[in-house]
Amino acid sequence: MKTTTRQVDSVVVVDLNGRITLGEGCSQLRELIRDLLAKGHKKILLNLADVTYIDSSGIGELVSGFTATSNQGGELKLLNLTKKVHDLLQITKLLTVFDVHEDEAKAIASFEKGATA
Amino acid sequence: MKADPNTVEITLASDLRSVEAAEEITHKACEAAGLDAEDQHKVEMAVHESMINAVCHGNKFDDAKRIWFRLQVFPDRLEIRIRDQGEGFDPDSLADPLESENLLRISGRGIFLIRAFMDEFRVQKLPGIGTEVTLLKRIATRNQNLIKED
Repeated sequence: MKTTTRQVDSVVVVDLNGRITLGEGCSQLRELIRDLLAKGHKKILLNLADVTYIDSSGIGELVSGFTATSNQGGELKLLNLTKKVHDLLQITKLLTVFDVHEDEAKAIASFEKGATA
Repeated sequence: MKADPNTVEITLASDLRSVEAAEEITHKACEAAGLDAEDQHKVEMAVHESMINAVCHGNKFDDAKRIWFRLQVFPDRLEIRIRDQGEGFDPDSLADPLESENLLRISGRGIFLIRAFMDEFRVQKLPGIGTEVTLLKRIATRNQNLIKED
């Protein structure tokens, strides 16, 4: 999996490309979120537009990132779900957990409305 | 139901490369069987999750243990059997990942997804051998081609 991190206003947008599966993909995502939180970035937007495949471990890693960010008073949101990922989050009821967006500007703005520093 | 299967049978090591190998075989078989893209993804993901269970939880990455994988394409169904050398598990004892108290759990969704994506899912403990899971997907079309084992 390839990742690109960019800052838009106060939000860190992470563009993910490839597979988030048990092994390398999950480890990369875990370390990336851990590093962002360690550096004080608490507004994280994961862009999943180019995620080709995600398994149950990858779903767990998204949940882990969400929980870790929330526990530090931050927010982790999702952007541009593919149909496959959307369907997976739907049948696992995780669409009720994650704040999911289809438009990056609106997603960024949704953080701005929050009180998170 | 008369069986006229095309079969791929292979023995795999207890590592994550075996998961990819099983997925590749399944991908080719799904295409040959004429499954649409959505059903292909479901079957491939069910195989992926089953292989992960066999490698990680069944054989626990033990180099001395093997995974037996068999895929058969019948005129009306695709049937996959995956056997590890582990102690097995009771699928009915697993926590429901949809319960509100489990939604934020990191793990525990693999078997749920397999059940959601396949038409049938069975777990059989084989005393002295290991555990075998059977995945079955019914095929709507009969325009399937022969599959070839690499």
